[in-house]
Amino acid sequence: MKANLILEDGSRYAGHPLGFPKSVSGEVVFNTGMVGYTEALTDPSYSGQIMVLTYPLVGNYGVPPAFESGKIHAAGLVVAELATEYSHADAQKSLPQWLHGERIPCITGIDTRALTKRLRSRGCMLGKIVVGDEDVEFSDPNQRNLVAGVSRPEKEIFEGKGKTVVVVDCGAKGSIIEELRARGLRVIRVPWDYDFLEEDFDALCVSNGPGDPTACKATIANLERAMRLERPIMGICLGNQLLALAAGAQTYKLKFGHRGHNQPCVEQGTGRCFITSQNHGYAVDEGTLPAGWHPWFRNANDGSNEGLRHGSKPFLSVQFHPEAAPGPVDCNYLFDQFVEMMR
Amino acid sequence: MKVLILGSGALKIGEAGEFDYSGSQAIKALKEEGVETVLVNPNIATIQTSEALADRIYFLPVTPQFVAQVIERERPDAIALSFGGQTALNCGLALEREGTLKKYGVAVLGTPVRTIEETEDRALFTARLAEIGVEVPRSAAAQTIDEAVALAKDIGYPVMARVAYALGGLGSGYCADEAQLRERVAKGLAHSPQVLIEEYLVGWKEIEYEVVRDRFDNCIVVCNMENLDPMGIHTGESIVVAPSQTLTNREYHRLRSIAIRTVRHLGVVGECNIQFALCPRTGRYRAIEVNARLSRSSALASKATGYPLAFVAAKLGLGHGLTELANAITGATRACFEPALDYVVVKAPRWDLQKFRGAAQTIGSSMKSVGEVMAIGRGFEEALQKALRMLGVPGATFADEDIDRLLREPTPERIHVAAEALRRGYTLERINELSHIDRWFLQKLQHIVRIEQRLKAQVSRETLLEAKRAGFSDAQIAALSDSSVEKIRETREAAGIVPRVKQIDTLAGEYPAQTNYLYLTYNGEEDDIAAGDLEKSVLVLGSGAYRIGSSVEFDWCAVNTVQALRRQGYKTLMLNHNPETVSTDYNECDRLYFDEISLETVLELYRRERPLGVVVSVGGQTPNNLALALANAGVRVLGTSAASIDTAEDRHKFSRLLDKLGIVQPAWKELKSEAGALEFARSVGYPVLVRPSYVLSGAAMGVAANDAELVRFLRRATDVSPVHPVVISKFLENARELEMDAVACNGELVVSAVSEHVENAGVHSGDATLVLPPQRTYLETVRRIRRISARIAAALKIHGPFNIQFLAKGNDVSVIECNLRASRSFPFVSKVLRVNFIDVAAAVMMGRPVPVHNGSATDLEYVGVKAPQFSFTRLEGADPVLGVEMASTGEVGCLGDDFEEAFLKALISVGFRLPVRKVLLSTGPIADKAAFLESAHTLRAMGVELYATEGTAAFLAANDIPAMLLHWPTDARSPNTLEYLERRAFDLVINIPKHSGEEELANDYLIRRKAADFGIPLITNIQLAQRFVEAISKKGLGELQIKSWQEYAPHGAPTRPLQASSEEKELRPAA
Repeated sequence: MKANLILEDGSRYAGHPLGFPKSVSGEVVFNTGMVGYTEALTDPSYSGQIMVLTYPLVGNYGVPPAFESGKIHAAGLVVAELATEYSHADAQKSLPQWLHGERIPCITGIDTRALTKRLRSRGCMLGKIVVGDEDVEFSDPNQRNLVAGVSRPEKEIFEGKGKTVVVVDCGAKGSIIEELRARGLRVIRVPWDYDFLEEDFDALCVSNGPGDPTACKATIANLERAMRLERPIMGICLGNQLLALAAGAQTYKLKFGHRGHNQPCVEQGTGRCFITSQNHGYAVDEGTLPAGWHPWFRNANDGSNEGLRHGSKPFLSVQFHPEAAPGPVDCNYLFDQFVEMMR
Repeated sequence: MKVLILGSGALKIGEAGEFDYSGSQAIKALKEEGVETVLVNPNIATIQTSEALADRIYFLPVTPQFVAQVIERERPDAIALSFGGQTALNCGLALEREGTLKKYGVAVLGTPVRTIEETEDRALFTARLAEIGVEVPRSAAAQTIDEAVALAKDIGYPVMARVAYALGGLGSGYCADEAQLRERVAKGLAHSPQVLIEEYLVGWKEIEYEVVRDRFDNCIVVCNMENLDPMGIHTGESIVVAPSQTLTNREYHRLRSIAIRTVRHLGVVGECNIQFALCPRTGRYRAIEVNARLSRSSALASKATGYPLAFVAAKLGLGHGLTELANAITGATRACFEPALDYVVVKAPRWDLQKFRGAAQTIGSSMKSVGEVMAIGRGFEEALQKALRMLGVPGATFADEDIDRLLREPTPERIHVAAEALRRGYTLERINELSHIDRWFLQKLQHIVRIEQRLKAQVSRETLLEAKRAGFSDAQIAALSDSSVEKIRETREAAGIVPRVKQIDTLAGEYPAQTNYLYLTYNGEEDDIAAGDLEKSVLVLGSGAYRIGSSVEFDWCAVNTVQALRRQGYKTLMLNHNPETVSTDYNECDRLYFDEISLETVLELYRRERPLGVVVSVGGQTPNNLALALANAGVRVLGTSAASIDTAEDRHKFSRLLDKLGIVQPAWKELKSEAGALEFARSVGYPVLVRPSYVLSGAAMGVAANDAELVRFLRRATDVSPVHPVVISKFLENARELEMDAVACNGELVVSAVSEHVENAGVHSGDATLVLPPQRTYLETVRRIRRISARIAAALKIHGPFNIQFLAKGNDVSVIECNLRASRSFPFVSKVLRVNFIDVAAAVMMGRPVPVHNGSATDLEYVGVKAPQFSFTRLEGADPVLGVEMASTGEVGCLGDDFEEAFLKALISVGFRLPVRKVLLSTGPIADKAAFLESAHTLRAMGVELYATEGTAAFLAANDIPAMLLHWPTDARSPNTLEYLERRAFDLVINIPKHSGEEELANDYLIRRKAADFGIPLITNIQLAQRFVEAISKKGLGELQIKSWQEYAPHGAPTRPLQASSEEKELRPAA
C-alpha cells in the first residue's frame, strides 16, 4: 500500500504507510530533536499536529516507558526511516507496533529534509497523511480549542509535604507535575478553565499546551485575577503566552515555530546562554508588554521572546521547557527558583 | 598580542592529521583577532606550517628544551597547548613544571594547566569527579608491579591496565590473570610513572560527548557519538557513529548533563572530550576519561556536525564568550547552540597491520590504526557501506571454524566477520554474545546481507533502489548479480535512480544556511543545491584515508591546489572523505563533497557539476589510480594524460619506454610463471626485487636473496593485485638512492629538486632520510638525473607534477620508478626551496603562465633534512626494521646551516635523544661491522659507553675498542641485553640486520622489539648509524640553532616567467 503526505500548497510526498493505516489531517510541523520520540508523541502540545522528525532514523530504541501523558497526541508521524526492529533493554515494543496500537498513522520513506525546507520557507502548513485511497479534508487545528481537548476534565490532587501549587492543565506534560512533586510540593492539577481561585494554594503553574493561546479565554481571565494575589506564578510554554495575554500583552504565530532540543536562549542581563527544549508555534510580542514586565530570555537565533519576568512581583515564565523530556535538562534549576519564590 | 602554538610533530599512530586540522583552525582564529602567531612544529608536510598561516614557523622538535628556547627568543604573551595533541599538552605541562612559562610571563590560553593535570592524572581525576558524585570505573594507580598486583586482587580479575599520560591508550590492555598483568604493567611503567588498574567494562556501550565551555560558564555539547565496537576496543579502533543510535532520550541527556557538570567542575575553557561507558542492561554509567584538548574525536565531531570546534576553542581561549561568536556555517545563527543532525555519520578506522612482520593482528584497548574515513548518509546502512569502501581494503574470506574466535577476539576484519557470520546463519543473539556489538547495528548488517541475497537472485527496479538506498555501489551490485558496472549504471540511470546532494547545515534545515558542505545520498528526493551552476569549476580529488604511504603530505598538496586554483579565479570542488584533513574543511573550497573517491562518485559529480576537468595528481595513489578509467568514461583529466599515467604506472610499459629511450634501469623482466621468474633471477643473480604494478608503500614488494624467498614474494604479490603483472628486477646493492621532484609543462621541466637518501637503496623511499640539497652526491650525478628526467618528461609529455626515483653507483645512474603525480616529498622540497611546486603545477594544469625556478638548489645557504617517524612502539610484536616495504607513519623536516644541524633536529623531532652516553651495538654482517668501525672509534673518543653483543664485542676488541659484552636475549646468561633494555640503560640501540630480506634471527628481533617496547631510540641502517655518529660528534645539543623558517629562507628561490613554451590556451569548458 502507498501513502502520501499532501500539503495545502499542493505538494505531495510519496512514502509507505506504517503504524495505523488511516488518513489524518492536521498542521504539519517539524521537530529537530534526535531522540525522545515517545516523549514528543505523548506531549499534548502536539495535539492536532502531524509531526515531521528531521532526524532520519526513528524508533531505534523501540518504545521505553517514557511518556508525557497517557496517549499519543500527535495526529500523525512523518519520518525518513521507521525502525521495525529495535534494540533496547527498556523497550516494550517497536515504535510501529505502538503507533498501530494507538491508532496513529505514520508515513515513512519521506525526504524529510526536503519537506522541512519547504515548511521552513513557506511556514507551517496544513497537511494530511493519505493512506491508500481514503482521502480526508484539510482542517486547521488552530481553529479549534485544542486545549479544551487535551486538558484533563477532572481536578486531581497529588499529595506532598511541601507547599501547594496549582497546575493549570492546558495539556500539561507529566514531567512538569513530576518536577514539582520531586521538590516536595503538593500539586493540584486543575482543568484549563477551572476557577482555581477557589482553591487554597501557595503558587500557580500554568502549563504547556497546544494551539493558539488566545483560544484559552477562561484561563486568561482566571490568570488576570490570580495575578492580583501576587503569589508566585510560573508559566511554561503556552503558560508563558497565557501569562503575557493576561498581563495585557499580545501573541503572534511564528512562521514555523521552534521544535527541537537545541534552541539557544540568552538570559537578559547576564548574557548566559542555555540550550533548551522547545515546542511552540506562537510567541509573545515583546513590544506589547505592559510596564513592570521584562523579557527574561530571548532566542539567540531569531531574537524572539523566550521568557518573561515581572520587575516587582513573583511572576516568571519561560517559553521553553525546563522539564525537558525530551531534550536537555539544563534549565531544570528554574523549578528550584520557583520553589524559592514560595518561601 | 603574540601567541605561541605548539603542533603535534610527525604523524604517528594515535596522533595524526587531526592536529594539523585543529592547529590550522586555531591559527586562522587567532589571526582573525589580529594576534601575531608563532608555531613550533617540525612536521613540514602540514598545512599549518604553510606560508599563509602562522607569522613565524619553527621546524623544531616539540620538546620542552627547544620550545623554551623559542619562548626566550620570541617572548610570546601566551601559549596554546590544546591544538597539538598529547605531544603539545605534555610539552606544555613540562614547561609549566620547570617554571619556564612563569619565568617569561607566558599565559596558557584556554583550559588552565591545573585542569589539564586533573584530567591527565588518574588519581586526581577520580578524586575531582568524586567531589560531584560522577561515577568512574573502580580503579587505582600503581607505581610498581607489586602494587598493581595487589590492586588487581582487590578489584578482581579480569582487570584493565591503563597507562597514564599516554597517547591513544598506548600499552593499555586487558589482563585476565596475574601473569598478563605483570607483563603489561612492566611495559606501561617504562613509558609512564604510573599505571591504572581498573574495573573491566568490556561490552558496555562506549559513548563520547564533545563539550565546549567559555569562561562565562556557558557550556554546550556539540556532538555525541556511539562506538559500534563497545568498551574494550579503543575509540580510535572503533567504528564510530554520530549521533548515538541506541540511546534513549533519558540516557542521552543524562550523560549529556553529567558531561556538562564534569566540564564545569573541572573548569575547562575551550573544547574537551568526555567518554562514558554505559551498561546496556542496567543503564549504569562510568565516566572513563576527559581529554582537555582538541582530539581525534573532536576533529571527527567537527566534520560530523559542521561545527568548527578548534576554531571556536581558540576564540574562547582568547576570552570570547560563546554567545558573541556566529555559527560559521549558517552565518545567521550563533555558535552557542547544539547542532541537530539530519543524517548519519560513520567513521571507520584503517589499519595496515599486515605490512608489519610479526605484528599482532588483533585490535583492542590501545590504538593501532593509522588513519580513518568518515561517511555520511541518510541511512545507517548507506553510511556504513560507503565507509567500508572508502577504506580501500578488500574484504577477506573466513573459514567456518574461525568465525567464533574472530568475533570474540577482534581484528581489523571485525565488521566483515560479523556480516559473514550472518551470511552463515548466525543469530543476532549469538553474534552479540560473542562480539558485544549492539543488536541494532547487527540488524542493519542483516538488512545489508539480505539485500545481497536478493541481488544474487534478481535485480528488479525495487531491489536496485533498495540496494542503492542501503549504500551498495554499482560495482558491488554488478559483482553480486554477475553483471558489469556499466550495465548496472545504465539500468539504474534509466530507472531514474540517482543520488541527491544534501547540505550539512548544523540545524537540520531549520534555518537557511549558505553552506557548501555536501554529501550524496540515495535516501532523498530533492537536491539542496542546483547542479552545474558554478562557472569555471575544477574538481580536485583528495587522498582518502591516511595509511602507510599516503598521509598528510597529500592533504597539503590537495589544499594547496585548491588554494592556487582559487587565486587563479576558478571555483573549486573538493572530493575527500578523510575527517583528519584540512582539505575537508569546508572553508578551503567552494564546494566540499564529503564522499567516496570512486569512479562512480566522480562520474556522478562530473555529470552534475560539469567542471572544466578533474585533478587526479595531487591526492596520492588513490585518485591517480582512477585516471585511466575516468578518461575512458569521457572525463577530462587535467594535467598529464591518463595514457601517460598508465605508462608510468605499468612497470612493463614503463620499462619498455626506458629501453626505447636508452635510459638505464636495473635488469627486469615481467613475470610469466614461477619457473620463468626463478630462471630470470638466477641469470641476473640474486638479490632481486619483486614489484607488483600499481604499488604503493611497497605493498607486497620484497628483496629476495634466494629461490625460496623469491617464491614467497611472488605468492604475496599475486594476492595483492592479481590483475596487473608482476615485474622482477635485479637489486643493486650498495647503490645510493635519489629522488627527483618536479613539475613539467608540455613535457618541459619547469621546477625541479633533487634530494638524496641517507640510506642506501633497499630502504623504501618513504622510510628514508632525505637531504636537500644533496650533500654527498657528485654534481655530475645530479646533472645526469636532471637530463634523464627531462627526457622522460618529454617522452611522456608530462604536464603537471611528477617524481622519479633513481639509483646511483658512482656516476652511473639508473631509474627505479616514476610517478606522474605529486609525491610524498612535494611539501618538503617546496618548503625547503620556498618555491611552491603545487602552485606551479596548478598553473600548468590550467594552461596559465608559470614561473620557472631558475636557481640551483646547491646555492642554498642551508640544508633541509626529512626524517621518518615510526610507530613501532604501538604495533605490538612488529619487527622494527627497515626494508623495501614502507613502515613509517609520518615524517618531519628540519632546517640547519649544515647537514648535521638539520639532521639532528629532525632525528630529535622523531624521538632521538641527546646527549648520547650509552649505546648498545650489534652491527650485523662483517661488512657493516667494518663500515661502522670508524664511527665506533668516534663514539669511544667522545667518551660514550659502548655495550655490544658477542660478535660485535669481539670485533671491537680486536680493533682496540673496549665495549662491555652483553649476552644475546635467548642466551640465559647475565649480563644480558634484555635486562639492560628493560632498565632502559641505553640512549641508543644500533642493530644492523644480518641480511636484507632474510627472516631475522630471534635474537636480533628481540633486541629491536624490546628497544621499541621500552621507547629507546633505534637505528637499523648502517648509513644512518654512521651519519648519526658523525653528527653528534660535530654538534652538541646546544649548537642547534633556534631559527625560524623565515630566517633560513627569507625569500623564495629566484624564478623567471616561463618562455612561451606553454602554447596551450587557458582551459575552456568542455563542449
